[in-house]
Amino acid sequence: MSDETADLTGLRRRMDGQAGRRYWQSLDELAETPEFLAFLHREFPENASEFEDPAGRRQFLKIMGASLALAGLAGCTRQPEEKIVPFVRAPEDMIPGRPLYFATALIDGGYAQGVLVESHMGRPTKIEGNPEHPASLGATDARSQADILNLYDPDRARTLTYLGDIRVWDDFVSALRGALDAQRPQGGAGLRILTETITSPSLAAQIAAILKDFPAAKWHQWNADGAHGARAGALLAFGRPTDTRYDFGRANVVLLLDADFASTGPGRVRYIRDHAATRTLSGGRNTMSRLYAVECTPGLMGSQADHRLRLKPSQMEEFTRALDGALAGGAAAGPWSAWIGPVVADLQANRGASIVMAGEYQPPAVHALAHAINARLGNEGATVFHSAPAEATPIDQIASIRDLAYDMDRGAVSLLVVLGGNPAFTAPSDLDFARKMDRVPLRVYHGLYEDETAERCHWNVPRAHSLEAWGDARAYDGTVTIQQPLIAPLYPGCKSPQEVLAAFSARPSVQGHDVVRDYWRASGRLGVDVERGWRRALHDGVVAGSASPAVAAGASAAPPPAPAAPATGGMEIVFRPDPTIGDGRHANNGWLQELPKPLTKLTWDNTAQMSPVTARRLGISMERTARGVTTDVVELRYRGRAVKAPAWILPGQPEDTVTVHFGYGRRRTGRVGAGTGFDAYALRTSDAPWSGAGLEVVKTGERYTLACTQDHWSMEHRDVVRAAPLPEYLAAPDYARKRAPDPPRELTMYPNYRYEGHAWGMSIDLNACVGCNACVVACQAENNIPVVGKQQVAMSREMHWLRIDRYYAGGESDPDTYHQPMMCVHCENAPCEVVCPVAATVHSDEGLNDMVYNRCVGTRYCSNNCPYKVRRFNFFLYSDFETTSYKLMRNPDVTVRSRGVMEKCTYCVQRINQAKMEATAAGRGLRDGDIVTACQAACPAQAIVFGDINDKESRVAKLKAEPRAYGVLAELNTRPRTTYLSAVRNPNAAMPPPAAGEPIDETKPLEAGHA
Amino acid sequence: MTTTPEPHPDLARASREEELRDREVPVIEPGHDFASVTEKISALVLTRKTPRTWWIGFGIGFLLLQLMLVAIANLLFRGIGVWGPNVPVGWGMDIINFVWWIGIGHAGTLISAILLLLRQDWRTSINRFAEAMTLFAVACAAFYPVFHTGRPWLAIYWLFPYPNTMGLWPNFRSPLIWDVFAVSTYATVSALFWFIGLIPDFATLRDRARNKRSAVVYGMLAMGWRGSAKHWHNYETAYLLLAGLATPLVVSVHTVVSFDFAVGIVPGWHATIFPPYFVAGAIYAGFAMVLTLCIPLRKFYGLEDFITMRHLENMAKVMLATGLIVAYGYMMEAFMAWYSANPYEKFMILNRMTGPYRHMYWALILCNVIAPNTLWIKNLRTNVPYLFLMSFVVSVGMWLERYVIIVTSLHRDFLPSSWGMYRGTMYDWSAFIGTIGLFVTLLFLFIRFLPVISIFEMRTILPAAELPEPTAPRAAEGHP
Repeated sequence: MSDETADLTGLRRRMDGQAGRRYWQSLDELAETPEFLAFLHREFPENASEFEDPAGRRQFLKIMGASLALAGLAGCTRQPEEKIVPFVRAPEDMIPGRPLYFATALIDGGYAQGVLVESHMGRPTKIEGNPEHPASLGATDARSQADILNLYDPDRARTLTYLGDIRVWDDFVSALRGALDAQRPQGGAGLRILTETITSPSLAAQIAAILKDFPAAKWHQWNADGAHGARAGALLAFGRPTDTRYDFGRANVVLLLDADFASTGPGRVRYIRDHAATRTLSGGRNTMSRLYAVECTPGLMGSQADHRLRLKPSQMEEFTRALDGALAGGAAAGPWSAWIGPVVADLQANRGASIVMAGEYQPPAVHALAHAINARLGNEGATVFHSAPAEATPIDQIASIRDLAYDMDRGAVSLLVVLGGNPAFTAPSDLDFARKMDRVPLRVYHGLYEDETAERCHWNVPRAHSLEAWGDARAYDGTVTIQQPLIAPLYPGCKSPQEVLAAFSARPSVQGHDVVRDYWRASGRLGVDVERGWRRALHDGVVAGSASPAVAAGASAAPPPAPAAPATGGMEIVFRPDPTIGDGRHANNGWLQELPKPLTKLTWDNTAQMSPVTARRLGISMERTARGVTTDVVELRYRGRAVKAPAWILPGQPEDTVTVHFGYGRRRTGRVGAGTGFDAYALRTSDAPWSGAGLEVVKTGERYTLACTQDHWSMEHRDVVRAAPLPEYLAAPDYARKRAPDPPRELTMYPNYRYEGHAWGMSIDLNACVGCNACVVACQAENNIPVVGKQQVAMSREMHWLRIDRYYAGGESDPDTYHQPMMCVHCENAPCEVVCPVAATVHSDEGLNDMVYNRCVGTRYCSNNCPYKVRRFNFFLYSDFETTSYKLMRNPDVTVRSRGVMEKCTYCVQRINQAKMEATAAGRGLRDGDIVTACQAACPAQAIVFGDINDKESRVAKLKAEPRAYGVLAELNTRPRTTYLSAVRNPNAAMPPPAAGEPIDETKPLEAGHA
Repeated sequence: MTTTPEPHPDLARASREEELRDREVPVIEPGHDFASVTEKISALVLTRKTPRTWWIGFGIGFLLLQLMLVAIANLLFRGIGVWGPNVPVGWGMDIINFVWWIGIGHAGTLISAILLLLRQDWRTSINRFAEAMTLFAVACAAFYPVFHTGRPWLAIYWLFPYPNTMGLWPNFRSPLIWDVFAVSTYATVSALFWFIGLIPDFATLRDRARNKRSAVVYGMLAMGWRGSAKHWHNYETAYLLLAGLATPLVVSVHTVVSFDFAVGIVPGWHATIFPPYFVAGAIYAGFAMVLTLCIPLRKFYGLEDFITMRHLENMAKVMLATGLIVAYGYMMEAFMAWYSANPYEKFMILNRMTGPYRHMYWALILCNVIAPNTLWIKNLRTNVPYLFLMSFVVSVGMWLERYVIIVTSLHRDFLPSSWGMYRGTMYDWSAFIGTIGLFVTLLFLFIRFLPVISIFEMRTILPAAELPEPTAPRAAEGHP
């Protein structure tokens, strides 16, 4: 054999060298190489073509003979000469087939979300909350759950490029050094670093070091969905940057000033938990906190509120002033006096046990007023705490990005380094940021994707995912988490921000691990035994005692002077980050794209939301079809800019106010995010980033189809979600069960099955659930649930095993909103089981309604007969069996379903069986709490409890014995194992009734044009 | 029904008058004898040149059949998602068409078996192609239960109870399994019944064959029939026995098909009225289809002598009667929705009448309740173009009925959060049109190669057949 032999090894080696965007072209490119041609020529890599010519044949046969003689030494192809070293001593704790969990942090908006990551044989597969972490306490939000999909996203930026050509790290370092050397004489006057919000102490130290080297350089920060108003408000109130955090667990009365703390803000997971704890009535409690919400756009906490007031954004400050005035002793005056009066009385009755919270997106004045009100109510130090900011350097980000745009425009910037954030897409549109970027001679971008910013930068350094890199970050209360990687970067060129900033230093190729560890070693925060402290911090996922201590904020400055009277009348626009894909960074995440938005239940699109009354005035109509909801396209004209957007009618939206969510309309993203939604950033300007007056809405006459998973609004007078005010509940705690009593168990000809061993069951507290969607994505991640795409969702073929039903009750203008997680309730008398012709869905002796994928032929009869409609069918081959990276991501304990098979919630049977095996191995019985389903683990509100209902001491058995417990559709004699704890609201009798509007009783709610 | 040899004179007179009145519109036109009947019917197969119209009709059917093959290939390649079902509407045009075809298949058995047992002479000239139609309709229907599943390659045999190493049996509690048995039994018995009825005619064709090939083929199919008394004796016994076997099937098949719905808990499905109302609907649809087919057939092949106005009128009467039963079924659905005080049922019927599919519902009422009542009028009942039109109206109406039952019941059931909409895709329609192609193709092959009217049975109803036995029951009765 010649040395020239083309073999698979060589080809493979060649292909390994090819990575990144050239992936799809590599076969073409390979085809041109001599090796490949040779390879093609020889069907069998080694010797096939020898067989053709006589001389070679002899040789071939000789070799074949030798091969046979040495049978077993070689297989079909020659094995590469690699040393394969088995685990003589396996890594500690690694048992094949058993996952390991590591504590780390995911960064969202710059803040740490403490998580435990499940790792199967070195592959991170699932994200859980870290019980030790103050912002998590074991729970997560939807975005953290979905972050695992970003890690394995095949569209991620993979290679370091310069003008689109592949380069190596050293090329970048030398180019950067050259540019920096040119900057050095002027002290770095042309150097700009643009980052997102940074709480990472090590990154901040690196930047500080760079700024020390280059004193004339500037560091800018920009987060499109940052808490700009809160920052400025704190400055206004206290004269220095201050973080405010709340202890909802101790508040009896909460007033939210457009503060949807369940959807936004770094403390949201913790806040949901604390607040839900004050709303539960389980265990004999008969009091609950009261929640007032003032909203400019309907949000999750507004749907939880006992009283809700809709205001236009321009009215918020006036309202807050009126509230402040009334609290100061003045009589409640103005248009909202009937509302403010009882609220003030309630707040004053709960001095020191109330919270007035201003939303992140409210202007500084509202924040300053809220701080003043809390001080007035004695809440400071009781329920409201102030501390030094968790952010490394809090600055006015709007001013910062504006300055940068100005500097770029006047040619003052010669080297721009952008660390994440995609500012070319997210910067306010009046800055014309992307175009101004082009004036910078050298631009460097470090991002997870090849996005709009990447295409405008010379150097693109692919960013390592949070699960691939060392780092650190602070939580909402300042607690530090050392971020440890779960896996080496999937694409070797990926770098962490620490590594990129290290390129500015004397050690340009230092590892991220060393940067972080050196920082923390030097910090003195890890205790006396540094090594031990480091390991402790990694293990726990928190650096002990790193939370910022609460400080007395000092007397709040007097409320700011009243501004000029706001513009009245006319339409107003409200900007919000998208509830699922955020500011656009998750646009290529299929789980989040297909995750129904909490209130609209829309997927894959953003809309211009307006109230039913406004829509009627504008002549907007929506129509349900079998191919999605079609709606009118409107042109939004605002400050000389215009975009076209599909209209969406949203009950509870303030009149004459249109809410748009930014983050959609990405021009450059991956295969998932391409072509979704419209770009609301195009309307967003730096002087009014969150709302503004002067909007004009023009119906275009075009129609657009949206994919909505629940297009029906009302409950049609059915007792699906059972709710009552607190006094009614106290008078008759079992009101919910009485509304539709369960049929007697004797109502059958057959003897009832006796569940002797375990009997699994679940309880879901509708009082706690805020509809945040964390469980939906957790279920999707745990159970390998595929994404089906907009067209299939529009055809009602989404695959979520767990969905959150949203119902409205009352008038359309200001309805009560309810969220109800709904998944297979594991009926003891399951209607699906009887009708399956091949017995593919059967009952286990522990009461699970099992689905046998192998046996299913897909008649869909079970789905038809399921009254809860929780079964999901693989109409096509929805699971991606091709993309390599997704194979790494899947949960190995759960089957990846193929085409033509029915599937549904299994109560996480893989977790049940795992817990059973562990208990058996440990020689003990199962204990309550051993089994935690994926949805239960993720739930920030702890609304979901799972366990053995035969164990009368289990939490779930006790919850099911609560008077509030009822089974949905139990009157059909399905005997559901999942029961719900009915919702109880705590209204203030002194409050005026909500604005009614047309009743939501419709069977055709969407044809708003009918009036 | 009396067979008394010597009835009371008055009775005899009355009977005679009735008979005379019936004879005004006879079941066979006068002037035919054994030879002419045999010649006329067998000529269609043996001697007459294949008419151009046959080629056109067959060509259209065959083209549409190709559409079905494309639809199947596409379905198997891409998945059931190319059709329109979703969650909540898990069944759509697949099961609508299945039930529609099965329903159409009912007329055949009813005509062959029940009318035979009831000694309705007039059935003779239409039973052969009604049976053929039954078989072809069942073949079209059988396509759906297999191919509408997610994994047809498994469904095709996993639905049958066969011994296997896994010890797995189908779920005998599932109505779909009952369906498998009901439909396969029905198909088997119908095929046997049809074939046995064809044997004497195969022998006739064998004997009259002009060439060797047809003599051999028909000879094999005739299975050695020589027309001996013993053959006739065995034949009559077998035929009667099969008729007896087939009779309960007329009721059972669509009863079982209706269980697919009635056993489910979906509001709009879960109703005890379903079996009788489905059976009546099936006969209704079946007779409509027989009319649709026999009106052009008698026209193009000049069979007006054999398929007379009396046949057409009788079929119209059956349609009227079963149509009224079906209308009663609709009425009872609405009544029970109110009377049961079940909110889901109540919503269901209101949703049918006023919801997004209301057009379907009211079109159904027009086709199946209002239109058939015009058949009370004799002038309309005996107007051939009108009957032809009516037969289409009824077929469309019965299709709409299944659409309403399946789609409007499923699309808004218990939890409003899961409500949805359904619309068939172009592939649903190509599969449906494709099955029509299959039906038409088979029908034209049948017309070309087999006697469309039973030759020997036609001979028995000739006046000549009566002469030797004036008291033969068959000739003398037809009325009490």
